[in-house]
This record gives sequence, C-alpha cells and structure tokens, in this order.
Amino acid sequence: MSTVTTDPHAHAEHEHHGPAKGLKRWLYTTNHKDIGTLYLLFSLLMFFIGGAMAMVIRAELFQPGLQIVEPNFFNQMTTVHGLIMVFGAVMPAFTGLANWLIPMMIGAPDMALPRMNNWSFWILPFAFSILLASLFMEGGGPSFGWTFYAPLSTTYSNDSTALFVFSVHIMGISSIMGAINVIVTIMNLRAPGMTYMKMPLFVWTWFITAYLLIAVMPVLAGVVTMVLTDKYFGTSFFDAAGGGDPVLFQHIFWFFGHPEVYIMILPAFGIISSIVPTFSRKPLFGYASMVYATSSIALLSFLVWAHHMFTTGMPVAAELFFMYCTMLIAVPTGVKVFNWVATMWRGAMTFEVPMMFSLAFIVLFTIGGFSGLMLAITPADFQYHDTYFVVAHFHYVLVTGAVFSIMAAAYYWLPKWTGHMYDETLGQWHFWCSLISVNVLFFPMHFVGLAGMPRRIPDYALQFADFNALISIGGFAFGLSQLLFVWLVVKCIKGGEKATDQVWEGAEGLEWTIASPAPYHSFSTPPEIK
Amino acid sequence: MSDKYEHYYVPEQSPWPIVGAVALFMIAFGAGNYVNEVTKDQSGYGGYLLLAGIATLIFMLVGWFRNVIDESMNGLYSKQMDRSFRQCMSWFIFSEVMFFAAFFGALFYARIIAVPWLDGAGNNASTAAVLWPAFEAAWPLLKTPGGTETQAMPWQGLPLYNTIILLISSVTLHFAHTGLEQNKRGQLKLMLGLTILLGAAFLYLQVVEYIHAYQDLGLKLDSGIYGNTFFLLTGFHGLHVTLGAVFLLVMFLRIVLKNHFTAHKHFAFQAAAWYWHFVDVVWLCLFVFVYVL
Repeated sequence: MSTVTTDPHAHAEHEHHGPAKGLKRWLYTTNHKDIGTLYLLFSLLMFFIGGAMAMVIRAELFQPGLQIVEPNFFNQMTTVHGLIMVFGAVMPAFTGLANWLIPMMIGAPDMALPRMNNWSFWILPFAFSILLASLFMEGGGPSFGWTFYAPLSTTYSNDSTALFVFSVHIMGISSIMGAINVIVTIMNLRAPGMTYMKMPLFVWTWFITAYLLIAVMPVLAGVVTMVLTDKYFGTSFFDAAGGGDPVLFQHIFWFFGHPEVYIMILPAFGIISSIVPTFSRKPLFGYASMVYATSSIALLSFLVWAHHMFTTGMPVAAELFFMYCTMLIAVPTGVKVFNWVATMWRGAMTFEVPMMFSLAFIVLFTIGGFSGLMLAITPADFQYHDTYFVVAHFHYVLVTGAVFSIMAAAYYWLPKWTGHMYDETLGQWHFWCSLISVNVLFFPMHFVGLAGMPRRIPDYALQFADFNALISIGGFAFGLSQLLFVWLVVKCIKGGEKATDQVWEGAEGLEWTIASPAPYHSFSTPPEIK
Repeated sequence: MSDKYEHYYVPEQSPWPIVGAVALFMIAFGAGNYVNEVTKDQSGYGGYLLLAGIATLIFMLVGWFRNVIDESMNGLYSKQMDRSFRQCMSWFIFSEVMFFAAFFGALFYARIIAVPWLDGAGNNASTAAVLWPAFEAAWPLLKTPGGTETQAMPWQGLPLYNTIILLISSVTLHFAHTGLEQNKRGQLKLMLGLTILLGAAFLYLQVVEYIHAYQDLGLKLDSGIYGNTFFLLTGFHGLHVTLGAVFLLVMFLRIVLKNHFTAHKHFAFQAAAWYWHFVDVVWLCLFVFVYVL
C-alpha cells in the first residue's frame, strides 16, 4: 500500500472559495463531496421508501390469507421494492461513496468530469419520481417483478409499463455517466507515484465495477426497449407466434442482471478490505490476490447468466456449462474471505461499529455465498427455483452483504465527512439490533423455501404460518432498527467529539492525511506517493 | 513538484446539469405518456412534454458546450484534461457498442435458436408438432408461426449503395483529419463537408429504403422477428448516423465560422471522427448479418 511522504496539511486547498450558499450549492454543484453527500442522502431516502414497501409485504404475509392489500397491489410492492432497493438504494450509495472517497484516496483534485457528475446525480430523483408516480396511475404501477419477465411485462402488463421503461432508461444514463466518471478519474487522475498496484482496494473494486456498469447498463437499455416495442408497437422479440422467444428476454435480462449483482457487491469487498486492516492494525493480507480475485469475478460474471434460468428451457450442455462457471466464482470469492480472515489473524483487534458490521458481513455474506452455491447446482435448483430459498439467498448477499458494507462504510468515514465522532454506544445498539433482527428476518426463509413456499405470493399454505409470523417480526424490528441509524447520523452531523485527522489508530491511506472534516477542496495539487 | 504541475481545471458551479436532468425527466415522462396515448388514440399532453423535453435538452447542450468551448479556447484545459475527455469518449463508445450488442444478440438468438426450435430442432419436436405444425424454419423468416407474411429486403441495390457511401465517408473523414493535422484548412473543409453530405445521402437512401419496405415489400416493424430485428437495428443505427452527422456539422461550423481547432488541439473533432467511424463499423456488421447472410 501507499505511503505519503509529505506534510499532511500541505495539500489541503486554502486559496479557493468554499461552497456556495443555499439551494444553489446543491443544484449547481460540481464538487465531488457535495455530490457524494447528495447520492448518500438520496440513497438513504430510497432505502426507507423501499423499506416501507417491504413492511407492507411483511404485514400482508404476517398471517395466511389476504388481510391488508389486494394481490395486484402486493405484486406492485414486491416489484417496486426490488427496483428501488437495487437502483435507488444500493447502487447510489456505492456511487456516493465513490464520489466522496475516490478523489481523496488517489490524491485527485475532484472527479475527472465534475459537471457530468452533477448531471448523473440529478437524473436519479426525477427517474424515481416517475417510477413512484406510476404507482398512482389508473391500473397501478409495474407489477411484473423487478426482473420484468416477458410476457408478464409485455402481454399482461398495465399502462405504467411505458413509464417504467423510460424511467429505467434515464436511470441507466445516470449509471453509465457515473461509471465513466469513476473509471476516467481512476485512470487519469491518480497522484504521481500512485501506480495501479498501490491503489486502495476500494478504488480497485470500483474501477472494475465501473467497467461492468458501462458494459451491461446499455444491455438493460436494449432489453427494456424490446419490451416497449413488444408491448406497444407489435414487435415479437419475446413472442413465439412472431418467431421470437420469451426465453430470449431472460437471456438478455440476465446478461445484464448477473454482472449487475457483482456491481452491487464488488465495492462492498473494497469497503471490507479497507476496514478490516484498520481495526486489525495489520496491512491487508494478499493485496495482489485481492486485485486478481476481483478481476476474475468480474470476467466470470459474463459467463454465468443462465444459472438464473435452469428451469426455463436450455440444452443440458448449456446448463452444465453455466453450473460449472458459477461454481468457479466461489474460488476467487473464497480467496477474498480467506484474506480477510488472514488479515485478522494475530492482529491487535478492536471492535468499533465499522468493524462489527464488517465482521457480520464476512460471516453472513459467506452464508449467502454458500446458499448461492446450492442454487448453482442445476438438479438441486429445480427444487429451489422460485421459492423463498432464493429470497433468503439474495437478501443475505444484498442486505447482510451490500447494505451491511454500506453501513460499515458510513460509520468508518462519517468522522472524516462530518469532523465529529459518531456516538459509539448508539452505533453498537444499531448494530446489534440490526444483526439479530436481520437473521430473524431472513434465516427462516431458507426453511420455508426448502419446504416449498413459492416467492411473490400474497398468501400461502397454513404450514408456513409460524415461520412467516416470525419472519415478519424480524422484518419490522429490522426496519425500526434503521431509525437508530438516522438518529445517529443526525447527531453526528450536529456535533460530538472532535475527530482527529487519522480518526482511527490503524487507518492508512491518503484520505486520513487531510483534515476532518475534509476541506471543500482536497489535493488541488497532487501529493507525491512513494 | 507543484511548480511543474499543470492545474487540472475543476469548473465552478454550473446550471446546465440540472437543466439536463429536467430535460430528461420531461423526455421520459412525456414519452411514457405519449406511447400510451398514441397506441390507444387518446389525446393528451405526452407528446408536447416530450417535444419540450427535447428542446430543453438541445438548449442545455448548446449552453453546456458553449461553456466548454470557451474554457478550452481560453486555455484552461491541461493535457491531463484532454486525456480525461478522450477516455470519456472511448468509454462512451464502448457503451454504445454494448447497446448494439443487445440487439445483435437478439438477432443471433432468433436465427440460431428460437426459429429452428419452433420448427422442432434439438429436442423440441413436440413443440413444433403441438403448437404450429405447419411452420417451417427459415431466415429471413418470411412467414411467422402466427401466419404474418412479408418479403425480404435484398442486399443488392440500396443497402449496397449505402454501404459504399458510408465507407467512402470514412475515407473522406480520414483525409479531413490529416488535413487538420497538416494545417491544410482547405482540404479539411472540403473533406469534412463531403463527409457530411455523404452522411445526409445515406440517411436519405435509408428513408427511401424504409418506404420501399413498407409499400412494396410489406416488410414492417410488426412483421415478425425478421422485421423486428431489421427495423430496430437499422433504425437505431440511422439514429446514430443522424447524431454523428449533427456532431460533424457542428465541427464544420466551428471550423468555417470560427476557425476553431489547430493541428495539435482538436479533441472535439477527433471525438466526432471516432463516433463516425464507430457508426460505420456498426453498419458493416449490419450489412453482413442483417442483409447479406
């Protein structure tokens, strides 16, 4: 890893002006820190809106029978919950972290293209307004699941489909521009001496994530376009009567969709690789192997998409190919988990909140990874497909994986952003409440799934009643626990113990050499890295 | 160190991105409503909102690029900035490649997998027997399983002329570029103007071809998977040719009216040229896989 040779404060910018005043600061800003903050706050808001939908889902499923919402509305809730959490909460949170941290980590004056950066962000509130507004249309919002399989999204969908398609289009434009900005910043704005193999792993993982985004978001644009023309203009890409095939939809969608799930986890790997060494007071074990593992995961992600489609019709040879490629991904992922554990081995460990979330990530993400391996086994998948086991799997990797890493990152860098230490006691409360409730929420889903409870239904057979009640209680508790986080963030912004520049005793990297809170402009002149 | 460092220009606050975000909102919301209105013969505001959005987007692009050009002409951009622009454009073109890849993927899937399977290829004999026993697999798919009939667009004639036109336009653009690099402004203007005219000719012939397809061949957007892939691939390509031609036209006007660009500093021109060559390569793939094979 890199060592800084110069006086810590020499490069903080003093000559330039500070932020503009009022609303204009946020609307017109070109500052990576402002834009990072906007992304993070937007993501938090979306996390609660998507979370509220999850609460509706869990309330309906608390008891068997239809109690609270109509089945059609239930389907809209599962659909929009998924879309909001994927595109509105997790992805913008990582982009916000990238904006805040990457320029500070590589010694850059800002992102490479600051105005485009602002455009990328401000598209998002509009895109999600369109999506949310469609819920109030006559006939309701999208109800075909976040994966919008044809013919559910073509032949059988309602009028909101066009709004869904165009809102996904502009979200995609936002993601592509954001990713181009990240990749160009990393390639072109590294401080002198910061070679690729000296970059912090968070930068590395985002570098590869940005590549994946640029490669697959256009494919998503292509597939939603085909859905639009199939539904409204009489094409038959996904209609066998015209020579097309509904399975074609799944191939194109998952060619986007599988790299997309790595887009939501690779930056998490980078975060954990930053936090574990700090609180173990040891350098990261196997830095180079982490870089190669990340790259291998990204390359393999293009070769595994059809493991989502084992039951929808493929030649056996193709099923075997996709099964083995999928299992291959366990190897680089295993390398990562091994390296994190080896970093902690004989370290002088302490257990502040970021470390607690990171440790929970390592254990619980691994559980999600193992259930993923189970799902990768073609013959076994015939049993698991479209059951709650799948729901349990992807919530373990996305909630206790991606979301926990985002929480860890927020705690880890909050003192650098606000200049104040967060309330450690409150943070520990938030962690333990989240940890216990999230497992009450998602772990029993494995059992009901293996017992045969299908996903995406508002009602279920009586034998699943007890576990579903327990799951719902876990869900409400997890939702409420997140209010502690909001309280903590507000407290931390308003005041608290003054943070030092380094913040954490074992923290290394350029962002810890500048003042806390980070000055509005850091590194107008690049520092030199030895 | 710091005395040698060429300052990386970080622009001050700018109103253009938020204008652009509002424009995209109007386009998306307008188009979403317009599509519903037009397919159901309803009246509504969707189309107007869409047009207003496009106008706002153009207004934004003009304002934004004016700022960028002013900054560039005032010498605010370093070599490092130039590299940022170049990398940005390259990655943007890569994203466009992937966009077309989705549609080519659909084309190949239909030709190699979907259509043969409907006729019983692989282990799908019973699918064919039960669903559409009379269906026969072929490409171009002139009769769909559902019974829609059409005629194929031959590659001789207009598509071949268009291929030749685009190939020549890539050559003329190359000579425009060498003219710029060798400071031969006359050659630059002539060759660039010629490129734009060839682009316009291509678009004109494309329109003629579409009219021919609809009126004489009965080849329409909804004529089954052959018509679908034909019109979406050539249509999106045509849209990109239009954008590329506008891009080149702006370069032409900057050169003729304002005498912009020097032999060493001409990123915008180069970006437009890259884009044009990219559109050209896409057409070659189209010509081979949509028309000839």
